[in-house]
Amino acid sequence: MRFSIYRYNPETDKKPYMQDFDVDVVANGCTMVLDVLLYIKNHMDETLTLRRSCREGVCGSDGMNINGKNGLACVMHVAKLKEPVIIRPLPGLPVVRDLVVDMTQFYQQYEKVEPYLQNNQPVPAKERLQSPEERAKLDGLYECILCGCCSTACPSYWWNPDKFVGPAGLLQSYRFIADSRDTATNERLADLADPFSVFRCRGIMNCTDVCPKGLNPTKAINNIKDLMVKESV
Amino acid sequence: MSLPTQLFDAVIIGGGGAGLRASLELAQSGLNVAVISKVFPTRSHTVSAQGGVNAALGNTDGSDDWRWHMYDTVMGSDFLGDQDAIEYMCKNAPETIYELEHMGLPFSRLDDGKIYQRAFGGQTRNYGGELVHRTCCAADRTGHAMLHTLYQKNLEAKAKFFNEWFAVDLVKTASGVAGVIAMSIETGEVVFLKSRATILATGGAGRIFQSTTNAHINTGDGFGMVLRAGLPLQDMEFWQFHPTGIYGAGTLITEGSRGEGGYLVNKDGERYMERYAPHLKDLSCRDVVSRSSMMEIREGRGCGPKGEYVLLKLDHLGADVINARLPGIRDLSMTFAGVDPLKDPIPVVPTCHYLMGGIPTNMHAQVLDHKNGQDSIVEGLYAAGECACVSVHGANRLGANSLLDIVVFGRAAGLHVQQSVREGLGYREPSLDEIDYAMTRLNRWNNNEKGESVEEIRSALQKIMQEDYGVFRTAEYMQKGFKKLEDLQKRLQYAAIKDKSRCFNTTRVEALELDNLMATAIATAYLANERTESRGAHARFDYPERDDQHWLKHSLYYQSGQIAFRPINMKPHEVKPIELQARDH
Ligand SMILES: Cc1cc2nc3c(=O)[nH]c(=O)nc-3n(C[C@H](O)[C@H](O)[C@H](O)COP(=O)(O)OP(=O)(O)OC[C@H]3O[C@@H](n4cnc5c(N)ncnc54)[C@H](O)[C@@H]3O)c2cc1C
Ligand code: SF4
Ligand code: SF4
Ligand code: FES
Repeated sequence: MRFSIYRYNPETDKKPYMQDFDVDVVANGCTMVLDVLLYIKNHMDETLTLRRSCREGVCGSDGMNINGKNGLACVMHVAKLKEPVIIRPLPGLPVVRDLVVDMTQFYQQYEKVEPYLQNNQPVPAKERLQSPEERAKLDGLYECILCGCCSTACPSYWWNPDKFVGPAGLLQSYRFIADSRDTATNERLADLADPFSVFRCRGIMNCTDVCPKGLNPTKAINNIKDLMVKESV
Repeated sequence: MSLPTQLFDAVIIGGGGAGLRASLELAQSGLNVAVISKVFPTRSHTVSAQGGVNAALGNTDGSDDWRWHMYDTVMGSDFLGDQDAIEYMCKNAPETIYELEHMGLPFSRLDDGKIYQRAFGGQTRNYGGELVHRTCCAADRTGHAMLHTLYQKNLEAKAKFFNEWFAVDLVKTASGVAGVIAMSIETGEVVFLKSRATILATGGAGRIFQSTTNAHINTGDGFGMVLRAGLPLQDMEFWQFHPTGIYGAGTLITEGSRGEGGYLVNKDGERYMERYAPHLKDLSCRDVVSRSSMMEIREGRGCGPKGEYVLLKLDHLGADVINARLPGIRDLSMTFAGVDPLKDPIPVVPTCHYLMGGIPTNMHAQVLDHKNGQDSIVEGLYAAGECACVSVHGANRLGANSLLDIVVFGRAAGLHVQQSVREGLGYREPSLDEIDYAMTRLNRWNNNEKGESVEEIRSALQKIMQEDYGVFRTAEYMQKGFKKLEDLQKRLQYAAIKDKSRCFNTTRVEALELDNLMATAIATAYLANERTESRGAHARFDYPERDDQHWLKHSLYYQSGQIAFRPINMKPHEVKPIELQARDH
């Protein structure tokens, strides 16, 4: 099976190029795209550079663009892909080397939403109570693995990566807004009220379409917008 | 060689649960702390933990007692655990869990709004009585929820992070540890981080085996660092094999799936754990369940065309339970086994999962050396989490006790460092030679031009460990394996990397990791061969019984090949010691 992979090492290459590798995926037991990439690195070209850790879709290291769609290499079945498989780094972020992108800006947008529980009431001796229904509101939000697949698929994020928080950051923001234990909802909404942070979202749904954890940032963003409208009435 | 130096009150090596719990404690106290992690912190292995974390809250059952939790942990450890440390962990568990809840950890809930608790293996009421529900969880993503919550709180506390920096080696002086040499993966820049206290929180090393539930990054870097600094490792023969790794892929199916009511069957459809362990059945300790599964497979009752696995049955739990409590498991088994557990059983095998041994510490996470029968504290060095051996897990860890271990002792390390700095813990001044020593292997990898590749040596290493040091061990196999390991260790000195780039050179990182895998494997091989008994996860065909008369002690290994022993602590502070007894299944 043929894999065409984006290569770029700033120390040796003037500009990026695509390199083809032919791998017998069946004979080498490569089920997932990550298996193929590691096979190439281990047996064909050790300079191939990528991030990986858990190899089971929970750490968010190996987000990349596979046949035009962002996803995690470790849970992407080779058998389901069209040949030649074209593998590129996540779009829109600076490339450090090969499939490794610089995620600094992505993390900064995450930090901007103050992604931690804020509660101004006295701390109880035991747990804060939360009903199963209240807790259920966090499902579909807290599972985000910060892989960056969504934000780097979002046209609005490509144009304004410094000002538009992007789907991943906004999903996290809503994760805390939706938490019955968080008391900073008003401040959180106020911090997002400028024309860019949230309102650059055009509802294109690319983010939701690619999220490997099946999360729905578009819905979270719409919920934030709804709350903002309610607040201002 | 003189290197750029940065000064900190504390440097924490590792951004998993243990490291982040320690750094939070320290950053909140206003000390100048740095966390180094070879991956962005939320990509640490803690993120994979599924089932939950133990604390005797009694939320599901109405009552529970940390003393029962302590009893179970000592029994589970097959008496190799230190009772003072186990007492500290179990007693502090409820408070530690409530703290995490206050930080925002999204625990699953009971109808009354309290934290949901499920059943896990080896957890009983009233000192060995009925099964108890003691495992707090966030569905089957507890580690993810814990790690992200801790990282988020560290952001709030403004801890300083060196993300994607690799710790190469400790800098050790005659009086203690002065800090660590670290390398930026992105730029290749090398820096000496000098600190009053260095905390190792580098996690496990499951990658010494071919088949493991562990992430690629679990390469035992802390173990290599400690050995090269001339310090010992403890109880390295005790590796836990988890009964339910997905056949072929190695990915884990949490014990929580049996806690929710799932069970194992052989090719005849027999629920064989009823035969091996009539009392706790599928929720017996992991060593017991793994050995039982291996016996079924060896005796020809395994499933599949080659009879190489057993089946985990969940479909009888129904869609509601599976979707609410085990959604991640359903995902994983569809992705990696092609099986939907709502309909079909999952093919599973015992798979390397966790190291009970590690860097010996006391209850404050201070690293210990042992000379002439006496413990001594290594000034300026701490260890917590899976890389440490305090020892709360002894010869066999209970499920959901590791997430507890990492937060309880991560916190303890943070508290003790604070106190030591307040009491005047200073810096140690290394000589240039001492810094050079810590640079030795980085220089070796940079200079070696031609030789075998990292992958050649690594895969050979994993094969030896898998074949000769697995669930069942014998002197014959281990000695054969040991010869192969020694040979491989020599070859490693001449191995080389072709990629010498400074920019995000992951091959260089893998080479540095390989040294640590090798050090970990050799330590395991030495101590496994030495211990002529079966205890907990260390099971020998040639010595099938536990031998308390000779082996009720911790074993220590030094890089020089020297082996020593330390007594087990049987003196808890508040309760009566738990007396030696046979483990009754
Ligand atoms: C699949 C799976 C499921 C599990 N489920 C449970 C469960 O339900 N309950 C439970 O109690 N336990 C569970 N465990 C065990 C538990 O998750 C781990 O033991 C625990 O998370 C280890 O945490 P840690 O902080 O010690 O290390 P890790 O989380 O492994 O963190 C290690 C850190 O050290 C850093 N590091 C390592 N080497 C270097 C270096 N050279 N330079 C710089 N940084 C370095 C890494 O980047 C990482 O940040 C599970 C384990 C597995 C494999
Ligand atoms: S829905 Fe909004 S955030 Fe998502 S891709 Fe579209 S514009 Fe971006
Ligand atoms: S929302 Fe989904 S795609 Fe976006 S960062 Fe989180 S897990 Fe990745
Ligand atoms: S390697 Fe962790 S998500 Fe793919």
